[in-house]
Amino acid sequence: MDELLIEYLPILLFLLIATGLTLVMVAASLLLGKQNPDSEKLSPYECGFEAFDDARRQFDVRFYLVAILFIIFDLEVAFLFPWAVSLGNIGLFGFWSMIIFLGVLTVGFIYEWKKGALEWE
Amino acid sequence: MIVQTIAFYVFAAVAVMSALLVVGNRNPVYSVLFLILTFFNVAALFVLIGAEFLAMMLVVVYVGAVAVLFLFVVMMLDINFVELRQGFVRYLPIGAVIGIILAAELIFVVAGSSLGTAPAAAPTPALAEATNTEALGNIMYTQYFYLFQVAGLVLLVAMMGAIVLTHRDRSGVKRQRIGDQVARSRNSVELKKVPTGKGV
Repeated sequence: MDELLIEYLPILLFLLIATGLTLVMVAASLLLGKQNPDSEKLSPYECGFEAFDDARRQFDVRFYLVAILFIIFDLEVAFLFPWAVSLGNIGLFGFWSMIIFLGVLTVGFIYEWKKGALEWE
Repeated sequence: MIVQTIAFYVFAAVAVMSALLVVGNRNPVYSVLFLILTFFNVAALFVLIGAEFLAMMLVVVYVGAVAVLFLFVVMMLDINFVELRQGFVRYLPIGAVIGIILAAELIFVVAGSSLGTAPAAAPTPALAEATNTEALGNIMYTQYFYLFQVAGLVLLVAMMGAIVLTHRDRSGVKRQRIGDQVARSRNSVELKKVPTGKGV
């Protein structure tokens, strides 16, 4: 248990250093820089123009389709990791079990391809 | 050991705080960002109890994908932030009922051992013998073969459902048809020798 956590110690140190460095940079710019705000400086702008409209507008639904298809294949890959690690222990049955799983999802992939869901235009 | 304890309290505190901010924030986009922070902290807590695989899956699946999806939903709904705050009192009773039911379920699970409904001790191998990922892989594809295939079918249904619900054939869209391109005859382009000073 402790040996496992020792392996994660560099990540913890990295987090600490990243947090500290970020705080130092933000605080230093807040304390050392000359703060002279006015309403024009603080207002949002795009490329020097006034903002045309709100940034939070409706997206095309096709972005949603791409995201959801990404999640499904993401999950499929997540199933592949334990399989790859323990492939030596689970034998031929485990191997073919995964191949059937991938086959089922390949049916979906072919459907998706033929339907043109991956094409933009 | 002391480092472990401090890390636990820091991650747990940030997780609870950001979870509260998910609910309490006025802006849904900030809520989603705090949700991602909560996921990261919970992943760190999983690492602290030795559940490495679960932690990595939480980061890969939830942070990488579900949070992106949440952002899409938030941005697609065209939310009027002022209207969103109205009706809080109207929805309070049903929200409270759902909250109480969830809390009761959690209490039953935590106190499950006293109710005698605790599952039999699962044969989890010690971390020294097999890592999380290996222990999971050893049983998931063979012992739980049917459940694994059902998971595959659920993913297939989700994929097809998403396509059926959101995919629309647009008219007038120019698509690339590689077969037609390759099968095109070479005679369709004609080379003409044009004399100087005259038209074709």
